[in-house]
Amino acid sequence: MVSERVRRAREAVSTVVDPEIPVLTIADLGVLRDVTEQDGTVEVTITPTYSGCPAMSVIALEVELALAHAGIEDGRVRTVLAPAWTTDWLTAEGRRKLAEFGIAPPEATSSRRALFGEPAAPPCPRCGSGDTEQISAFGSTACKALWRCRTCREPFDAFKCH
Amino acid sequence: MPTTSITLDETPLVLHLLRRADDALILGHRLSEWTGHAPTLEEELALANMALDLIGQARLLYAYAGSLAGHDEDQLAYLRDARAWRNCLLVELPNGDFAQTILRIVLFSAFMDPCWQATTRSADPTLAAIAAKAEKEVAYHLRHSAEWLIRLGDGTEESHRRAEAALDALWPYSGELFEADAADQAMIDAGIAPDPATLRGTWDATLADVLARATLARPGDTWMQTGGRTGRHTEHLGYLLADLQYLQRAYPGATW
Repeated sequence: MVSERVRRAREAVSTVVDPEIPVLTIADLGVLRDVTEQDGTVEVTITPTYSGCPAMSVIALEVELALAHAGIEDGRVRTVLAPAWTTDWLTAEGRRKLAEFGIAPPEATSSRRALFGEPAAPPCPRCGSGDTEQISAFGSTACKALWRCRTCREPFDAFKCH
Repeated sequence: MPTTSITLDETPLVLHLLRRADDALILGHRLSEWTGHAPTLEEELALANMALDLIGQARLLYAYAGSLAGHDEDQLAYLRDARAWRNCLLVELPNGDFAQTILRIVLFSAFMDPCWQATTRSADPTLAAIAAKAEKEVAYHLRHSAEWLIRLGDGTEESHRRAEAALDALWPYSGELFEADAADQAMIDAGIAPDPATLRGTWDATLADVLARATLARPGDTWMQTGGRTGRHTEHLGYLLADLQYLQRAYPGATW
């Protein structure tokens, strides 16, 4: 049974956003794994997207702040690595928000690609054209690659399939 | 007075974690030296991203090693002297030119890709969890560096010459990746780490594929450099650590 405190804590931390993609909450991203209560202490479990994601420490801090604002003073943040985060955990709502923000969401199913070969082209988040090309496999943050639309000529970020 | 230098009780597991972590941090540091100097903006971002991945992997490994050895991740990175570092010599060499920088990532990632994949099945759940993240990241590093090496080798006369020179210079440092001493053997026997000898076939096949596309000849079997895993380093590591560790050495225990 979920206690009133856990319900309140979950509601509060669900609104924490990714500092680098501020339209996505950590719930949308799948970074928020669980909210539990043990011996009167609320514990929020989060998982990193990439090993070196610099947003994690900011997210942990924001979670603690959100708990404090909700009147939960003794909250604790725990970071787990297993199971490893994948882009499959992005919610449908998260994918929609990403596309609206101008970032192409990852393909629905993650797969390990061969050493060489063209990556699957995401449709342009601005004009919807499927005629896009990758500029660089590495983008402005660890989770994104840089693409360009051949139809509207706009460059755009695409969330890496991971 | 805060601690200014630490010595560790290197159990086989701690030593194994340090070898993996030190490789990742030192190569990450070398790649970060390109920031502001890369040939194009896209490559600037790529090198910085790869550095970030490697430093992130190092942090996870140090945090785990530190939890076993009684130190935090920062102490392991900032308070060990050169002789206590366990990275292979390959990662500590200076960047050289762009071809050498790229070739080093190819040699290292072609080994770490199957190594991390095998480590996802480690009997140690924490190490397996770290591997599950790292194996996805290193796949990107391998692909990106291999594509560059092909472009350089099969590019102009000048880029081919530089790629070839890099291959000749770094090849004798590749053998250390496959070393296994008694501590490694204990980890292999316990099912915690893969036997590097079992990764040789994959590494050879990757290198054969990439070098052929790059029109580069694989150097012949030669004497291989060794020593990094037991703390016998090139002079370059000391200079790198002077940069990496400066702040904690000058202002012990400084936080901000």
